[in-house]
Amino acid sequence: MSASAGFSGFFRRVGAMMRKEFLQLLRDHVSFATMISIPLLQLVLFGYAINTTPRHLPTAVLAYENTSITRSILAALENTKYFAVTHHPRSAEEAEHLVRSGDVLFVVEIPAGFERAVRRGESPSLLVAADATDPVASSSALAALGRLVETAMVRERFVIDAGPEGSGLENQPPAFSIVTHPRYNPAAVTQLNIVPGLLGTILTMTMLIFTALSVTREIERGTMEALLAMPIRPVEVMLGKIAPYVLVGAMQATMIVVAGVYLFGVPMVGSLGLLTVLTTLFIVTNLSIGYTFSTLAQNQLQAVQMTFMYFLPNILLSGFMFPFAGMPTWAQWIGETLPLTHYLRMVRGILLKGSTMSDLTSDILGLTAIMLVAMVIAVKRFRQTLD
Amino acid sequence: MTGEGHADTKTAPAAEVGAGSPYAIEVEGLSKSFGGRVVVRNLTMRVKRGQIYGFLGPNGSGKTTTIRMLCGLLTPDSGRGTCLGMDILTQSREIRRLVGYMTQRFSLYGDLSVRENLEFVARIYGVREPEEAARKAVERLGLAGRDRQLAGSLSGGWKQRLALGACILPSPRLLLLDEPTAGVDPKARREFWAQIHELAAEGLTVLVSTHYMDEAERCHEIAYIAYGDLLAQGTVEEVVAGAGLTTYTVTGGDPATLARELAGTPGIELVAPFGTSVHVGALDAAALEAAIRPFMQRPELTWRKDEPTLEDVFIDLMNRSQDNFR
Repeated sequence: MSASAGFSGFFRRVGAMMRKEFLQLLRDHVSFATMISIPLLQLVLFGYAINTTPRHLPTAVLAYENTSITRSILAALENTKYFAVTHHPRSAEEAEHLVRSGDVLFVVEIPAGFERAVRRGESPSLLVAADATDPVASSSALAALGRLVETAMVRERFVIDAGPEGSGLENQPPAFSIVTHPRYNPAAVTQLNIVPGLLGTILTMTMLIFTALSVTREIERGTMEALLAMPIRPVEVMLGKIAPYVLVGAMQATMIVVAGVYLFGVPMVGSLGLLTVLTTLFIVTNLSIGYTFSTLAQNQLQAVQMTFMYFLPNILLSGFMFPFAGMPTWAQWIGETLPLTHYLRMVRGILLKGSTMSDLTSDILGLTAIMLVAMVIAVKRFRQTLD
Repeated sequence: MTGEGHADTKTAPAAEVGAGSPYAIEVEGLSKSFGGRVVVRNLTMRVKRGQIYGFLGPNGSGKTTTIRMLCGLLTPDSGRGTCLGMDILTQSREIRRLVGYMTQRFSLYGDLSVRENLEFVARIYGVREPEEAARKAVERLGLAGRDRQLAGSLSGGWKQRLALGACILPSPRLLLLDEPTAGVDPKARREFWAQIHELAAEGLTVLVSTHYMDEAERCHEIAYIAYGDLLAQGTVEEVVAGAGLTTYTVTGGDPATLARELAGTPGIELVAPFGTSVHVGALDAAALEAAIRPFMQRPELTWRKDEPTLEDVFIDLMNRSQDNFR
């Protein structure tokens, strides 16, 4: 067989395989619907339902006095939108019970003689007990509380100090408006961080599962034996099986980016072209890994189990859920071997910071290396015989 | 051959390798074991070009394993051989191009239509104008109106026809059929065999494994393999004569009771009730005659000496090989 004939034969066989996979994909309505609904569902859940800076958290106020300053503080509390005063317990025991039962997340205790102490400049303390079992829920609110009390104090002091001079400021309504400066908390809008992250996790999950199933399905249905008896090489089977899913992945990525930009106002600071190229690289990497799983698994159930085992560290150690820099060094090393880690840096960089190719060189190299390793393993593992 | 699809001329020269040999399959000393269990032991066989070669033997006797070794799906532990003049150990890729293998289980894609399955096969093998080749194959199969039907929704007989159609579409030189007629009705089986004979007449070599005696008798040559050993090989007549069995048919009386009585008599190795008669046989003709003499005295029984059938021979071979292994 001449070299050119071998070359055209290669494309012909890969093409035949692709065509077959595509037809099967289109005929499998449930899988196809899943591929479309996973990104939509996740986007809606993460984008709208899940919020790591929750508002209107139930709060109990245990006030031992009712003075203008305490009223100012309570009004300011509610103005932050983080707190919703839902309970007014009469005793410390009652307040304690409310926290324990989970009815409230915070108890604000205003001690007796608070206003007098403030007027004397004794800077009395305001006790805030927080249910910190969910640190994510309480931390932003607590951060806001610190600023709020400070502001409220200054404001009151200023009003009180000005009072004796008869400037009329006393009669001004205590219009507290607590502004949280987004400058200190750039990712306060959860969606800005979540949507690019979702692009990575959704692609990881769907690409992995569908390719992980593709080879094992043939083994289970008995079609693998016939396929192996045909004159087709392992690498041709792999490329033919992967190619249709590159399109599926591209479709999912488009859906997520469009939804991110139009529904959640994610900025598109960087180059769309670079994002497209790197997303394709990421998709192919995941497909290669999924394909490797499918050559290791004995059946479809095992393939799915392997996918989930692999998916878990991807979620936890890639910087999707928790800040990458905050992890211990060994965990960071594991994270570096996961494609999602590199892709998250790329996609967040391009979308939010306008990173360019040269900014992302090390991640591009890392991702490419992972892809090549996965592809080599997949082709080596693909048994050309039934031995 | 009936296959209208033309093979890629670029690969055609490979077909001529070893064309001088009169044998399509020539293997020597093939052995294969799985996890310490010997499945095929020291198998030597030759299949002449253009012949239909029947491969018989009980379940688990190594028929499928042998077929898989021939088409390169399994690597033999030891032994060597050629398929269409090409080495089964080193040229399995070239062999695949020229061999049509029909697996025991339906192995076309159930979620693809008849036409799509055939086109896929045509493209993988590099058949020119795959759509046209598939269209013609559909017509030849008599599936003209149903080419858009999913292969998975076809009946058993049609599935088998389609599988054979897919096998011969790329114009192979050798067909390996692994129990192709299992679970197919008699009419479809007869049509299937008519087609096999037609293909063989056009020069195709066919190796077919089966459990059916009537199918074995339709083969030019047969081989009997049991528990990894090839026990008999040759034409049906040769195999039957080679077994050296002496058989009698007895009619009259209650066949079930009679069979039970006969089975307990030393000297009788084979007892099989057939409707109202009972078939008995043994290798040692003298011992058999001595054993049945008392039964011949019974007035209600009619004894007739006859030729052993292929089934008698196989059952005898099977009993013998099992004995050897215990």
